Amino acid sequence: MNFFRYSSPSTFYPLAGKLIPWFGWSALLFAIVGLWIGFGLAPTDFQQGEAYRIIFIHVATAWMSMFIYVVMAFWSALSLGFNTRLSGMMAQALAPTGALMTFIALWTGALWGRPTWGTYWAWDARMTSELILLFLYFGVIALRNAIDDDRRADRACGVLALVGVVNIPIIYFSVQWWNTLHQGSSVSMVAAPKMAAIMLAGMLVMAIAVWFYSIAAALMRVRCIILERERGAAWTGQLTEPGKI
Amino acid sequence: MSEFFAMGGYGFYVWGAYGVTALAIMVELIALRARRMNAEEAHAEAAHR
Repeated sequence: MNFFRYSSPSTFYPLAGKLIPWFGWSALLFAIVGLWIGFGLAPTDFQQGEAYRIIFIHVATAWMSMFIYVVMAFWSALSLGFNTRLSGMMAQALAPTGALMTFIALWTGALWGRPTWGTYWAWDARMTSELILLFLYFGVIALRNAIDDDRRADRACGVLALVGVVNIPIIYFSVQWWNTLHQGSSVSMVAAPKMAAIMLAGMLVMAIAVWFYSIAAALMRVRCIILERERGAAWTGQLTEPGKI
Repeated sequence: MSEFFAMGGYGFYVWGAYGVTALAIMVELIALRARRMNAEEAHAEAAHR
């Protein structure tokens, strides 16, 4: 199979349309299983009580907020390097969902922090760098809206996204570099997990749900963007009936 | 059942977190749907011209 076949908007558009229901329904399925594990099977934490159940959504969305940024920067680099149309559109499609994940991570973190740490917010290294991530997403979206020419907007947003990627390792390693309020990682690639297996399972299933949701949302948005930006192109002229677009 | 919703006294925090998450996702999906309908309309207009 030649993947480059799908690197143009006209061939990617129908493929994205076919993939959306698979990712969307999988997201819902994993979310149901994840919530069932998180609220039904996982026991009450002996230190945090029931408040710890917030981490199932907090950790999943916080991971996703960073990951989407890296993917957005990757598409931006492709767009800048090869000047391909679809890469700029993919970067554009990811920014709002990335901002949403960052917002949810900050919001749920605040509601977890209040009963657990005694404060909604602190200018802690991890929280501050995650807030900067939210502003970077807002910056990319605002810059996009400020430039009328799509290809120029691709380049400007691409540069901003690539400069901002330096923030990602800062968020990730902030809990090691600075000894402020936020605790260290709950899940590590190299060490044994510090939590019960069932809690870890709930967190991972929720992470998969958030993954699938983000892919579905980005694909839905990239299809809108393709329609908006390729309006004059010959191939979109073949898509005439609203239901079949 | 009410014990479940009370979340051991942490109901406000737990449901505040999950409720706003659900709301945010719904807002994104509604916005996507609106954007899609706008794009389709503009597209149909362009096709008929």
